[in-house]
Amino acid sequence: MSFNIYDLTSFTEWIHNSLSQAMSPGWVTVTEMVIVGVAFLTFYAIVGLFLVYAERKVCAFMQNRLGPNRVGPFGLFQTIADLTKLLFVELVSIRKADKVLFNLAPFIVIIASFMAIAAIPFAKGLHAIDLNIGVLYVLAVSSLGVIGILLAGWSSNNKYSLIGAMRSGAQVVSYELSVGLSLLTIVVLAGTMQLSEIVEAQRHGWFIFTGHIPAFIAFVIFIISSTAETNRGPFDLAEAESELTAGFHTEYSGIKFAFFFLAEYINMFIVASIASTLFLGGWMPLHIGSWEGFNNVMDFIPPFFWYLGKTGFIIFIMMWFKWTFPRLRIDQLLKLEWKYLLPINLVNILLMALIVLLEWHF
Amino acid sequence: MKSILKYFSEIFYGVKSLLGGMRVTGSYFFRPSTIVTQKYPENRDSLVMFDRFKGEVVMPHNEKNEHKCTGCGICEINCPNGTIEIISKMVETEDGKKKKAIDKHIYRLGMCTFCGLCVKTCPSNALAFGQEFEHAVFDRSELIKVLNQPGSQLEKGVE
Amino acid sequence: MENVLNSTVEEQQEYIINMGPQHPSTHGVLRLVLSLKGETVLSVEPHIGYIHRGIEKMCESITYPQIIHLTDRMDYLSAHINNEAVCLAVEKALDVEVPERVKYIRTIMAELTRIQSHQLWWASFGMDLGALTCFFYGLRDREKILDIFEETTGGRMIVSYNCPGGLMYDIHPNFQTRVKEFISYFRKILPEYNQLLTDNVIFHERSKGMGVLTREDAIAFGITGPSARASGFSCDVRKHEPYSAYDKVKINEIMYSAGDTFHRYTARIDEMWESMNIIEQLIDNIPEGPFFVKMKPVVKLPEGEYYQRVETARGELGVYIISDGNKNPYRIKFRSPNFSNLWVMNHISKGNKIADLVAISGSLDLVIPDIDR
Repeated sequence: MSFNIYDLTSFTEWIHNSLSQAMSPGWVTVTEMVIVGVAFLTFYAIVGLFLVYAERKVCAFMQNRLGPNRVGPFGLFQTIADLTKLLFVELVSIRKADKVLFNLAPFIVIIASFMAIAAIPFAKGLHAIDLNIGVLYVLAVSSLGVIGILLAGWSSNNKYSLIGAMRSGAQVVSYELSVGLSLLTIVVLAGTMQLSEIVEAQRHGWFIFTGHIPAFIAFVIFIISSTAETNRGPFDLAEAESELTAGFHTEYSGIKFAFFFLAEYINMFIVASIASTLFLGGWMPLHIGSWEGFNNVMDFIPPFFWYLGKTGFIIFIMMWFKWTFPRLRIDQLLKLEWKYLLPINLVNILLMALIVLLEWHF
Repeated sequence: MKSILKYFSEIFYGVKSLLGGMRVTGSYFFRPSTIVTQKYPENRDSLVMFDRFKGEVVMPHNEKNEHKCTGCGICEINCPNGTIEIISKMVETEDGKKKKAIDKHIYRLGMCTFCGLCVKTCPSNALAFGQEFEHAVFDRSELIKVLNQPGSQLEKGVE
Repeated sequence: MENVLNSTVEEQQEYIINMGPQHPSTHGVLRLVLSLKGETVLSVEPHIGYIHRGIEKMCESITYPQIIHLTDRMDYLSAHINNEAVCLAVEKALDVEVPERVKYIRTIMAELTRIQSHQLWWASFGMDLGALTCFFYGLRDREKILDIFEETTGGRMIVSYNCPGGLMYDIHPNFQTRVKEFISYFRKILPEYNQLLTDNVIFHERSKGMGVLTREDAIAFGITGPSARASGFSCDVRKHEPYSAYDKVKINEIMYSAGDTFHRYTARIDEMWESMNIIEQLIDNIPEGPFFVKMKPVVKLPEGEYYQRVETARGELGVYIISDGNKNPYRIKFRSPNFSNLWVMNHISKGNKIADLVAISGSLDLVIPDIDR
């Protein structure tokens, strides 16, 4: 059996068919769920560890440093060493903390990010569920994480944590709006909420090019507001190292802290994936009009690498933000959202609707 | 109308200033030649400290195992922390006279603040600063050093 | 304060939070007791003394040359200038005129110290605001000055280069070329600082109009240094009461009138430019000659009281010596700039957010060991 790396539908179908031959349909579903679960867990761990390493390297190079360079070649195993160390760190129990919520919070954060990853199309025919309301699902699930942050802040019995959690609550709730509206701009253009179809619709040009200026504005707004939604710098007010020491996870140690830490990076990966799927064509190679030769060369690169490349590019931009800008204050953060991003976004959707109605897009 | 213009010019200048900042960090990112990190234990062989670097106080000895310390104790008096302690002994010179000489010049590295007063005030230039800087030890008693080497003599002609 | 503690949360709606002694943005072991309402700061109560080493008392039992190694450790970022203050006071008391060469070298070293102190301040101020990259750029450039120090004095931060009557050693032969190299390098780098932080719109939002200190308040609280000059209080000792070689150079006193965080920031950035100008006026004209005056082995000050003030990177440092004719001072008192600058914090940060408090305390540029001494 040979697989086409440009279209993995045959691969997934082959797994399904061979399982169906071996067991009853009920068991097939269960087995497939387990396979997907294990695959995602592995993927999750690898992406998380690699992103931590990448962030440290990127910021080091921006700051005239070398970054991790001791464990393994170019320090590649540094994060694995760090994780191993975190596994052995004592889990300090906090006096007068709400034990149940305190222990529950990291799991909520990590489960929310885990659920969101399921709907993302990694390559043609390679995604766990292809919901017909994929965009809505991702939006809904990714905002669950804030509950974990609020719980962590509340249950820690620490004023710094509480301030961090409250900031995070206000921040995520308001920036959710911008994320939703900027994605809606693309939904208006694509005419569907199904992620696989959105990707397919970008066969002849990515939405950021075909959608004229509104799509570009939506892209910029999405990058800004999704950075805020993932609590990353310059919007890292929930952690705000120089003000609140570590914000909502001040009291966490060991593996529970590692969960928060990993979830932050996975969230970044998810929003970058969504951005690349909706604006940059997901796994779709770069096609320019009728340049046949160029398009063929682009088609030669497997879609999974296109996807990884685009996601990596957006993650790099988000890291670039974080390591350049000073942090905003909470009222300025809300001002940015309600006075600038939201009005621009609303006008932007109108413009996009107009463009779609008049069929000005390519 | 004016306020609308202001609204958009604020956005424009804001974005412009942000891009200016990103240009600085971005330009360093793509120029790895500007990295200033030294890989310390690896570059140990090529690492040269400045000659005046104050690593520790040493007592230079010449090839005949002779030093210049007369045991006068001026460094001990001048030291603000009691870092230096001089234990002297009486020796008999060739012409039969008894003379004070140094037995042990004790230097407690752990207490030294590297003010340089001992080196500066020494009348016979017996002390100097060494460039050694890797002083970490597992036992604090190893930081108490005897500067004059065993069996060393006072150099001829130093009073 | 007691009211707050005795009343219930429902009545008072304020809560108290301890910022420090271990907190990333207090730059040392300063403890600020904040009373907050939501995120708004109602009052700040600084608690000091966590790094009190009794330097003034220790000075009473050691000789004048030995005091140098303690003043190094007060405000460790302007170690050279602290030492200079003590040396000038002792020289004044003994009526010793140091050679011109010493004056020039002291001035150049003091200005280099000022630049490196402001570089570190810029680095940590950026970090307070969340721009972590500033920290590394600031330290990277500071390293170049520290290398110059190390080559000449043997120490990097704790230089111990002054002694009553002159200098410990002559300058290194490479000193002049290295300083000139540094200045031409740093003149290119400073605009980058501006691009990265000063012009940034987020930074403007964070700092403009925050923590306004009026000229009257600055005088009333005894604020000195760049923080006071940003409020329009002309207090540069280098200009008003020149010591060392400052009477031979043209100094522009950096003055602003707004007195907010942003202008305290720009005042320091401009001071770096000004310091480079001062060094450039002196570096080629260092006169030949001895680098110290022969002093008696035991320095004894005649009975009396002596006062000398100098301009450190943070403000005015005063050294007040009472001598009873012995080799040790009878009493020595340092008027340290950070101590006075700290107490204005409550006044100017009331009603601001926690994030602004961090920015304000960063803009006052406090060095905690100098407060406690």
